[in-house]
Amino acid sequence: MTSIIVVDFGMGNLRSVAKAFEHVAPKATVRISGDASDIRSADRVVLPGQGAIGGYVKALHDTDLEPAVLEAASSKPFLGICLGQQVLYESSDEHGEDGDSVKTLGLFKGQVKHFTHVSSDPQAMIDPLTGHQYSIPHMGWNQVKQTVDHPMWQGIADMARFYFVHSYCVQSELDEDVAGVTKYGVEFTSATARDNIFAVQFHPEKSQHDGLKLLENFVNWKI
Amino acid sequence: MGLAKRIIPCLDVRDGRVVKGVQFVDIRDAGDPVEVAARYDEQGADEITFLDITASSDNRDTILHVVEEVASTVFIPLTVGGGIRVLDDVRRMLNAGADKVGINTAAVFNPEFVKEASDHFGSQAIVVSIDARQVETGDNPRWEIFTHGGRKATGLDALQWAKKMADYGAGEILLTSMDRDGTRDGFDLALTRAVCDTVDIPVIASGGVGNLDHLVAGVSEGHADAVLAASIFHFGDYTVQQAKQRMQDAGIEVRITE
Repeated sequence: MTSIIVVDFGMGNLRSVAKAFEHVAPKATVRISGDASDIRSADRVVLPGQGAIGGYVKALHDTDLEPAVLEAASSKPFLGICLGQQVLYESSDEHGEDGDSVKTLGLFKGQVKHFTHVSSDPQAMIDPLTGHQYSIPHMGWNQVKQTVDHPMWQGIADMARFYFVHSYCVQSELDEDVAGVTKYGVEFTSATARDNIFAVQFHPEKSQHDGLKLLENFVNWKI
Repeated sequence: MGLAKRIIPCLDVRDGRVVKGVQFVDIRDAGDPVEVAARYDEQGADEITFLDITASSDNRDTILHVVEEVASTVFIPLTVGGGIRVLDDVRRMLNAGADKVGINTAAVFNPEFVKEASDHFGSQAIVVSIDARQVETGDNPRWEIFTHGGRKATGLDALQWAKKMADYGAGEILLTSMDRDGTRDGFDLALTRAVCDTVDIPVIASGGVGNLDHLVAGVSEGHADAVLAASIFHFGDYTVQQAKQRMQDAGIEVRITE
C-alpha cells in the first residue's frame, strides 16, 4: 500500500491533514515527518503550510528539506496545500523579514499577490452588496472552476465549494499550469497542475466531502 | 457566484457537555459535543465553534479531548474559545485539532497577546471575540466592550477596539451583542453593521438569533461575513439546511450540500 509523507518543518498544524488522509485511505501509511530521507522514500508527498510565507521559505531552507522537497516535486505524486501551492511560484509580494518581496521556489511561472494588489482597478475589491472592501483574509467556502480534466478532479463537480483562508493569491503566468480558478473580487489560480504536481490554495482537509474526495484522488493518482 | 456567507453553530461546552442557558443562567443540557458536532456537519454547517465555559480548572482538559475527537471525524473548520490566556493555550488547542482559537478576556487585559499569538501561529488561527453592549443610543450610538459575561464595563469603545484588534493581527472577529445574547430578539444590527464597515477582516455576528430571518438580516443589513447561532439549532427548532435555504431564498450566497 502507498506511503504518504506530510512534510513538517515546524510551520503550522499538520495533524488535520494527516487525519484526513487516514480517514480516506485507512490502508495507506500516513506520516508527518521533517526528515529528508522519509520524503525521499515516500510514494507520495504532501507539502502543507499556513501563516506568513517569509518564515515558511526560511524554515524550508533552514531545515535542509528544500532539496528533498524539490526532488519529490520532480518525481512523484506531489500535493501542495495553501502556502504549499504559493511557494511553488517565483515570488510573493508578501513582505519578508527584511521588508522585501519573498523569492520562492520558482517551479511555476507567476507571482503571489495580495488581493488588493492584483487589479489596478480600485473597484475590483469593492463588494457591491456593502459598498466596502471584501473582507481579507478571503475566508470561507468559495467555488473552484475546473479549467482542465484531471484525475484529481474525478468525482468532484465543477464549481464545487472548498474552504479557503488566505490574504495572498497565485497569479499564474501560463494558462497551461492552471487546473482551477476562483473569483473573490479578482480571479486567481486556486489549483495548479503539471505532470506529477497538483497544488491548491484551499484546504481539502477542511472541505468536507469534496475535500476528502480530492485527497482520496491523490492517494489513487497514477502519474 | 463567489464566497458563501457562513453559518456557524456554536456549542457552549461545560465539563464535556453541550449546555445552553439564557444569558449564562438557567443552564440546560443539550447533548454530547461530539454527537452534536457530527449532526451539524451532516446538516451542512460551514464551521463549528466550541466555547468552553468549564468553570473548574480540574476539567480544563476535557475540551481538548472533545476537540481531538471531533477533529478525527468532522472535516470542516473548528474554532475553540474560552479561557485562552497564554501562547501555550493556543498551541494546545491547535495541536488538538482546532483550526482557530478565540481570544476574549485575555485580549482586553493584554492586547499584546493577540499580536504575539498571530505572529506565532498566523492570523488565520486567531479569532478575537468581542462582547459589546450599547452604552449610548440616539443619533450617535456607542457600544463598549464588556467582560465577565457582559457584567463588567471596560470603557473601551467597541469600534475602536475592533479596529485595534484587526491591526494587532486578528484574522477574524466574533462579535457578540451582550444586550441580545440569549434573548432570541435578533442580532444588534446597528452594532454589527458598524463593526463590519469599520474593519476589513471578516466578522461573525453573534447574540440574539431566534429565527431564520434574523440570520438573513445579519448578512443583508448587518453586513456580516458569517452568522453564529446556538439555541435555534440545539433544540431542533431549525436545521442548518433550513437556515441555508432561507438565506438562499433571500438572495444570499450559501454553500448548499447534498
